[in-house]
Amino acid sequence: MPALRILSAGLSTTVQDLGRPGFQRLGVALGGALDPVSLRAANALVGNPGNTGALEAVYRGPSFAVEADDARLAFVGADAAIEILADTDADAGSGEIVPPMRSVHLRRGQVVRIGSLKSGATLYVAVEGGFDIEPVLGSVSTDGRGRMGGWQGRALIDGDVLPLRRATASERDECRIDGLDLAAPRRFRAVLGPQSDYFSAAEIAGFFAGDYTVSAGSNRMGMRLEGRPIRHRNGFNIASDAIATGSIQIPGSGQPIVLLADHQTTGGYPKIATVISADLPAMGRLPIGATISFAPVTVAEAAAARRELFAALERIGEQLVPLAPPAAAVAARLQECNLISGVYDAAA
Amino acid sequence: MLEYRVLSAGDTALVVEFGDRIDRELSTAVLALAQGLEAEHIAGVVETVPTFRSLMVHYEPLVLPIDSLIARIDAQMQRLKARDIVGHLWHLPVCYDPRLAIDLDGVARRTSLSPRQVVERHSAPLYHVYMLGFLPGQAYMGDVAAELALDRLETPRTKIPAGSLAIAGTISCVFPLETPCGWHIIGRCPIPLWDPARAAALLAPADKVRFVPVSVREYETLVTRASQGVLRIEPVSEFVGAVA
Repeated sequence: MPALRILSAGLSTTVQDLGRPGFQRLGVALGGALDPVSLRAANALVGNPGNTGALEAVYRGPSFAVEADDARLAFVGADAAIEILADTDADAGSGEIVPPMRSVHLRRGQVVRIGSLKSGATLYVAVEGGFDIEPVLGSVSTDGRGRMGGWQGRALIDGDVLPLRRATASERDECRIDGLDLAAPRRFRAVLGPQSDYFSAAEIAGFFAGDYTVSAGSNRMGMRLEGRPIRHRNGFNIASDAIATGSIQIPGSGQPIVLLADHQTTGGYPKIATVISADLPAMGRLPIGATISFAPVTVAEAAAARRELFAALERIGEQLVPLAPPAAAVAARLQECNLISGVYDAAA
Repeated sequence: MLEYRVLSAGDTALVVEFGDRIDRELSTAVLALAQGLEAEHIAGVVETVPTFRSLMVHYEPLVLPIDSLIARIDAQMQRLKARDIVGHLWHLPVCYDPRLAIDLDGVARRTSLSPRQVVERHSAPLYHVYMLGFLPGQAYMGDVAAELALDRLETPRTKIPAGSLAIAGTISCVFPLETPCGWHIIGRCPIPLWDPARAAALLAPADKVRFVPVSVREYETLVTRASQGVLRIEPVSEFVGAVA
């Protein structure tokens, strides 16, 4: 069975696709990649449909060995030292370092070691053909709280063996993706509501004027922010209502929490505003310690931004650029063509 | 017709809000609108999430502009009174034995009732399923008798067993999975409310539930049968009509 064997799981590596919509009325979380733009780009690099499940690494990536004749992988997201080692016994530091934003071709026994992520919280590892995992409610996303989907309904642990759909990589050159802007916007756009009337005009103005820092309590359910506390007009207990991804809820402490992919479907704190859907992927890659602020926009502006993002995602294939094949492969091909004879100097 | 407000929840969801409290009348309107919109199969409506007092409608604005969606909701609201809610009536066995109900004595003390009276008061009403949320298959049921209404524990427990039956305020829940919880645990239900193999919830919003007390021995038999996959529970009946 072709597979990836997890040697070291990283901080919290999960299988994620674009999520599990349609079952929130049953209490089933939406889930899915924190940064769906990077997920789609990683899938594009290996020729997968955008919704194919990939590994989502946060803060510290996994190490794994290829247990297939060969395989094609791609890495998109935060900067990270991605090391390709000859085998599991290879000495530390002896591997080849490849940058993210490209595909790589790996042979049986080769090991990928992803270290700490820099400049972002998330990195996606897509495999050509995807993982051979049965979808649950239409998705292979891992729902940790609901203990379903992904690999055994949980984050990966050392020793997991994830089956692959393809036993071999297809014949093609490797690619990189150009012009994918993963920089965080200075201000995240948000639509006021649904419970903005729990706050005075002055508090709302203060919220949009303030700087907020992503705190260490953040996870896939929510991003906890620290900054100027937001005061409620008349208390903070509301009868539970439903939550949209991007909802900015203000609990009793006054410190905002932006609800992310794994948010519970319903909850009981007033929500001052909602981050627009086009800015959620960037939110999903924000690391702890990042400082952000919010800008108010209308629903119409938010819908226009969504249209723009979707149009850009439609064109993601046009951003793929073939990488120069390795020198040895060039030499072999040139020799086949009788263009050169004798010794080919790869360094020339 | 009930008054309602449409509130934005970003660019892919909106909230139809009927009020800000837990209330059967509001719930009836929420559930009627949810079932009405579902029956229409509107292109661009992704899903709806009913809660105690509001309905969230998740939609795709590139298929269904917000103004068109609001027009469809307004049209539904005009017809709302004529619509009857469809639900199922369930009898759920519950073991209230103190061995499975770590807070039963505590609840009795706080309410100046005997444990037996707590069980009687809790198992007497026909509960209404207001909404599902928090965990897959977790139904929020009401209303718990006023004399059993308690605030949550000051310090939530880090872990309670799957199947725990608990109360807080006027709401009762069976927690389908092991979870942290700050509610008062007064029993255990042997029927899985969430089937992970089929990814299916037993209860749905608008259903009605009666809790039927069972002994520890009956509870254990039911748990064994459930774990063997030979326990089938069917609704007692289907009903049509506004929730009483």
